[in-house]
Amino acid sequence: MSGSIIRIQNLNVSHKGIPILKDINLTISRNKVTVILGPSGCGKTTLLKCMNRLIDIYNGLDISGQIHLDGEEILNRKNDLTRIRQKMGLLSQRPYPLPMSIFDNVAYGLKIQGVRNRTELADRVEYYLKQVNLWPEVVDRLKSPASRLSIGQQQRLCLARGLAVEPEIILADEPTSALDPLSSTCIEEQFMKLKEQYTILIVTHIMRQARRLADHVIFIYLGEIIEQGPPAEIFDNPQHPTTKEYLRVGH
Amino acid sequence: MKRRKLIDQITSGWMLLCLFVVLLIPLVIGLGLVLKSLPILQLYPLSELLNGSDWKPMAGHFGFKPFIVSSLYVTLISFLIAAPVCLLSAIYLTQYARRWLLNLMQPVIDIMAGIPSVVYGVWGILVVVPLVVRLASVWDLKTSGYCILSGGIVLAVMSIPFILNILIEVFQTIPTELKEASLSVGATYWETIKFVLLREGFSGIMAAFGLGISKALGETIAVLMVVGNVVQIPGSPFQAAYPLPALIANNYGEMMSIPMYDSALMFAALILFVIIILFNILARLAINHGEYRC
Repeated sequence: MSGSIIRIQNLNVSHKGIPILKDINLTISRNKVTVILGPSGCGKTTLLKCMNRLIDIYNGLDISGQIHLDGEEILNRKNDLTRIRQKMGLLSQRPYPLPMSIFDNVAYGLKIQGVRNRTELADRVEYYLKQVNLWPEVVDRLKSPASRLSIGQQQRLCLARGLAVEPEIILADEPTSALDPLSSTCIEEQFMKLKEQYTILIVTHIMRQARRLADHVIFIYLGEIIEQGPPAEIFDNPQHPTTKEYLRVGH
Repeated sequence: MKRRKLIDQITSGWMLLCLFVVLLIPLVIGLGLVLKSLPILQLYPLSELLNGSDWKPMAGHFGFKPFIVSSLYVTLISFLIAAPVCLLSAIYLTQYARRWLLNLMQPVIDIMAGIPSVVYGVWGILVVVPLVVRLASVWDLKTSGYCILSGGIVLAVMSIPFILNILIEVFQTIPTELKEASLSVGATYWETIKFVLLREGFSGIMAAFGLGISKALGETIAVLMVVGNVVQIPGSPFQAAYPLPALIANNYGEMMSIPMYDSALMFAALILFVIIILFNILARLAINHGEYRC
């Protein structure tokens, strides 16, 4: 189980003729943390949303190119969208717990998959809440609304919700940008732990976070991949002037 | 400097005064209705007034049951038509439709809301009543067409712009990210709507329906024109009815020499007032329940 899990070829996304992503060619390695780095509005989130085709719900976008996941073409409309999406767990900038109880938030994806057995549901909810370190904090209030949790707890709940459908990849879109430093550290620690089992793709503009987490860094600027490589290379010896500038200003 | 402070104090005073007036109006109306209904309430027991179905003001018989039942019946029919139509349209417009369709709908809704109710009444007579006659003939039912169903249909059409407007707002305020969260764990679009959007928007949906029902209960002229105005407890929707607002509108100012007639009509208004308050409390309870759940 090594090598590449996702291969992107000539991916172009544009909105009414204005390009958002330009000719993206990318390979993402299995069981590694890949960090997509770049300033706001450079297309990082769009790239992430192409991978699980959430981009479909936005009107007026032109998409061309290919994204292969395990050799399967994601952008091919004939493929089963729900199955593709279940291969990827999503963690967004702010936590968006579903309007239901803590338990049901984690069980949601499982129920969608058709798991009906109550003990199995309970077991798996417990397992994933433990995996994100939330179990001790919520064990006595699983039936209360998820919205009553603190924002850091909500983000971990959302992570558990994504993990519960047993994805291969975790897509995280600036997952700590709305969190306090303590909760951020907590989420980062989860990622370090999770990368043994999952391929993790994190979008961020925080360079220190990128340096801490990354096995591979991709620097995107104005919809183009400017530079990519191991963190040591990118951070300590950037080749491209734009990367140099971004790293200098950001430090 | 002093002047600015003074103006600041005066403006907040103004706002308080306006708020006070707004709060006072329903209280004053309610109190007025109670006072005006007192004569009839002192003469007959409340249960007889509400439960009696005999309406012969000349002979001193005042039974309001036919009117109460008619009002609730027409409102129920209109709700059954308007609620699903509005809910499904709002979901389609906000979740599936292209932007331009939603933009097109906004003025259509505004125009629908602005059409005078008497015009809806005329439309009811010209279009809805004949349609209902034809519909009834399918089951070999005899009807003049001036009946509960016609009233319900006209009312439904009239309340649609109000309900739809709020529902569109409700669904638009639900963040896209919440949808994405549901879709990303493999839910289909319909599952996302069913399990997430409807639940998240529950209190707003209830508020929209509550407003629609209040509107339907109080609407007078358009219903009066198509509902038949026969004093009876209607059984089938193809029978004529006589809702409370129609009773008041048809008779107030006429035959006021009949003893207790004035007071009886005021009591009819009071009943309507109380029913609307009860519905609002119910809607509130539903909203709070929904908020607690989420």
